Amino acid sequence: MIRVHDLHKSFGAKRVLNGVSFEVGRGESLVVIGGSGTGKSVLLKCLLGLESADSGTIEIAGITRPRPHELAAHVGMLFQASALFDSLPVWQNVAFRLMSGPARMGREKARAAALEKLARVGMAPESADLYPAELSGGMQKRVGLARAIAGEPPILVFDEPTAGLDPILAAVINALIREVVTEMDATAVTITHDMRTLRDVADRVAMLHEGRFYWQGTAAEALANEDNPVLAQFIHGRIEGPIPTLR
Amino acid sequence: MTAALALLGAVGRSVAAGFGAMGRFVAFAALALSHLVRPPFYGRELALQLVQIGWLSLPVVGLTALFTGGALALQIYAGSARFSAEFAVPSITAIGMVRELGPVLGGLMVAARVASSIAAEIGTMKVSEQIDALRTLATDPMKYLVGPRIVAATLAMPVLVAVGDAIGILGGYSVGVNRLGFDGTTYLRNTFDFLEFWDVASGLIKGAVFGFLVALCGCYFGMHSGRGAQGVGEATKTAVVLASILILSANYILTEVFFSA
Repeated sequence: MIRVHDLHKSFGAKRVLNGVSFEVGRGESLVVIGGSGTGKSVLLKCLLGLESADSGTIEIAGITRPRPHELAAHVGMLFQASALFDSLPVWQNVAFRLMSGPARMGREKARAAALEKLARVGMAPESADLYPAELSGGMQKRVGLARAIAGEPPILVFDEPTAGLDPILAAVINALIREVVTEMDATAVTITHDMRTLRDVADRVAMLHEGRFYWQGTAAEALANEDNPVLAQFIHGRIEGPIPTLR
Repeated sequence: MTAALALLGAVGRSVAAGFGAMGRFVAFAALALSHLVRPPFYGRELALQLVQIGWLSLPVVGLTALFTGGALALQIYAGSARFSAEFAVPSITAIGMVRELGPVLGGLMVAARVASSIAAEIGTMKVSEQIDALRTLATDPMKYLVGPRIVAATLAMPVLVAVGDAIGILGGYSVGVNRLGFDGTTYLRNTFDFLEFWDVASGLIKGAVFGFLVALCGCYFGMHSGRGAQGVGEATKTAVVLASILILSANYILTEVFFSA
């Protein structure tokens, strides 16, 4: 479903991605970890066609050199800060994709579909007519997740889904992501700093370090690892180690 | 010699950067115009923007016109009294309002209210990844955000100018009758006998051009906003300043085109 080969991306003299290569198969959930500023978000933006890579190849759902509008039917995205549209009520945020494009639904049908997705992520029907500013951070994440799955895309992408949430809400969002990915048999790519997300969501883990995938394995292997000093420092949040703390 | 070369280099870089910025702005305008004629069109967004830009700007444009019309009548009376030409107050007040002050002051007030609002809204959407979210939902921000705002401002401004003209004339009438001792019927007859179709039409055309410029500045600086609160603040400020300067310069050019002998 997703194939990336030798991806390079620089901003001026700063080399962010330096030969990233990986594949994610159908129904597989890959979690990408890495320190702040290591290029995880840039990698996601390149995958989604929101940033153009300097070199390398990307293939998603059979589309090479993807552009965002080509991917919309294939990929659902949950943004770090949810990125809900402030000017639209919750249900219109969820149904946004369903109400646009050549195969758009009517308002009533789209609202019904949005309510169904909101229920799937645990949101009450009364929340449908609220505006995003009236929701807590956890609720905004749920709505963002409902929007991502609204078109039932085969690929889901999550950008730091638990950022800014307390441990309980983070666990709820992780559990929802895992359930949704399994139910939809979706291919998922998640980037995170959160070890709990890694444990709850990952089939496979990759660590982005110095612009490339430095280590790959299962979540259990990542969490148990003590041999690899870079991975171990990151997993256990140690100050001492090869990863510089001033970045 | 080295210092002179360094200074020359700095000036050259500034000039090149200025031309570069101008080129990007013009390219954005051309891209925005090209999107206006290609589907999909977002009718609901357009209607919403007509309300936001047009209807909600009426109070500020109306109040500006009311006081400007009154002050204009007082000034023209003071000036014309030196030549015993007080009878010209109604006609000159009306011509001054519809040709110049109505569109220009209306444009500046709308620039302050609308260019800032558009730049801040779109800038915040950019910073909070809402623009990226739009793109991942197969929606082009140039069509969904920029197009409706430009069309709405271009359509709404002539209406605002027309309303402002009427209120400005009413302000002049009110001061003329209640303060300067004009007879009401005579004031109105002098106003409309001397006012020509082209006086009004030129002001409305100016309004459409100013509306386009206001929305274009707001959208351009919003879409190119820097990160964080400071980036959005800078985009907002620059949008208002450039929109105001463009309105004043476009006003001069249009006046030359419409009225040069």
